[in-house]
Amino acid sequence: MENIIQISDLEFSYGTSKQPAIHGINLNVNKGEYVVIAGLSGCGKSTFCRCINGLIPHFYRSGIMKGSVMVDGLDTREHPLYEITQKVGMVFQDPESQLMSLTVERDLAFGPENLGLPREEIRARVEEALELTQIQHLRERAPHELSGGEQQHVAIASVLALQPKILVLDEPTANLDPVSAVAILDIIENLRVQKKITVIIVEHRLDLVLQSATRFLIIHDGALVFDDKPEKLIAKNITPDEIYGVQIPSLVRLFMQLINEGIPIKQIPFNVPQAASVILKELGLIRSSSE
Amino acid sequence: MSIVVENIEYTYPTGVTALNDVSLKINKGTYIAIMGANGAGKTTLIKHFNGLLKPTKGKVLVNEIETTTRSVAEMAKIVGFVFQNPDHQLFLTTVEEEIKFGPTNFDIPEDQIQKDMERVLMFLNLKNILKRSPFSLSEGERKRVALASVLVMNPEILILDEPTMGQDAIQKRNIAKIISELNQQGRTIAIVTHDVEFVAEYQPRVILMGEGRIIADGEAKDVLTNLEAMARTKLRPPQITALAWEIAKQEESFPKDLISITEMKTKLLGLGR
Repeated sequence: MENIIQISDLEFSYGTSKQPAIHGINLNVNKGEYVVIAGLSGCGKSTFCRCINGLIPHFYRSGIMKGSVMVDGLDTREHPLYEITQKVGMVFQDPESQLMSLTVERDLAFGPENLGLPREEIRARVEEALELTQIQHLRERAPHELSGGEQQHVAIASVLALQPKILVLDEPTANLDPVSAVAILDIIENLRVQKKITVIIVEHRLDLVLQSATRFLIIHDGALVFDDKPEKLIAKNITPDEIYGVQIPSLVRLFMQLINEGIPIKQIPFNVPQAASVILKELGLIRSSSE
Repeated sequence: MSIVVENIEYTYPTGVTALNDVSLKINKGTYIAIMGANGAGKTTLIKHFNGLLKPTKGKVLVNEIETTTRSVAEMAKIVGFVFQNPDHQLFLTTVEEEIKFGPTNFDIPEDQIQKDMERVLMFLNLKNILKRSPFSLSEGERKRVALASVLVMNPEILILDEPTMGQDAIQKRNIAKIISELNQQGRTIAIVTHDVEFVAEYQPRVILMGEGRIIADGEAKDVLTNLEAMARTKLRPPQITALAWEIAKQEESFPKDLISITEMKTKLLGLGR
């Protein structure tokens, strides 16, 4: 399997602090993975994202970075930001911070225009980005007049217009209601399946993302403390309600508790239909073990 | 009675009717969650609780006072309003100025303000950051400062718009603890929230809204497991409830009104007995 991200012994300290914000991070991500990152506020998640998209070290120059980050073969320290942004697209919590044009179409064209691409190519990329995020109907609208959920669709589209191989999303649904959040997460999942884009997503609502995750990371006090498939949450014999302050979805907690009661369930489900089918299948087992 | 809403209608100057024949009663000391999809009228409704909006038809009584007869500033002494985004209400250069701003404007004597501030700082664990700029603080701290600037007025009724949105598990638990303590002190608390898992865990009374009307009003357990009402709001039920509904599709006798992990576990383990 091809490693699209390779991180070795990564450490970063902001200029204002002696304590490193992240340290000792080693990670290889395969092409097409869906990596969910969780951790408490201030644990270093956002710093970690900035290291992948090259904002660190290029933008945060007063800080000290150690170790190395390779994205699609580029060492982020040796290549300028405009090259890295063509590999890694970044979406933030607050879409308003990355939208600035008067129409959605112009916002989407902004990145490709700055790369000096031919007119037809820009047009094609804008169309593709509108289609992938299902916002063709918003093309003439002003981004600042849209709802938070619509703005986040536009922010993702504007990043897709640069055709990145990796998408890094830092709490993209934090300010959205559940319906808009699910719409955004569906688009992201679809990008991974359809365009084979590698997804790195920081998300508190694990109940909505763990079912898509091929890999689950927990960052705590700047260190990577859990790095495995979400299913391995049980194998590690972790306390049922939360780990490192990260709340485990109630569905997962229910199954952990059933296992603790001696019900022989081998696989933890991450969505409701899966959970129901496991329970219906195991009902016999539950009946016999409680006799 | 803390808040009485009688058959109110509210139409914005743009002509959009956001509330239609809404009536409800909130007893003193109640903890209530107002839920519903975007555009359901939740925010319009809570803005009536502190007189920020006056009903187009009908009336709103807060502590027996009709809101149309008082200014928003006067209502602020009774009803505290904490916005979803703390940055929408923080604007001064230090946490101390921020907290003192409200009481100073009401000409409360300086020594009284100092005493009220001490109490709030202690309660919300903000003592160490009194001289800091709100904008140098973390999101969780800014949320607490915004709450402090409201609590310093000692309001009997507290309204919080989306208090858990974007918060991690530890912050959520802190918020739940603060709300529960304020409620135990006898304050009436109303939160607006989309967070069904939070409501399923702490189980306040729930008012479900949709298209400017009240769809359901009752115990969290009854409202969140009301399949038909939930479907009308576009809210997703709690995971445990969704699971119960999914199982019941196959096993008709399976109860559909489960809301907590413990209830579900007990039910599943008890099936053989």
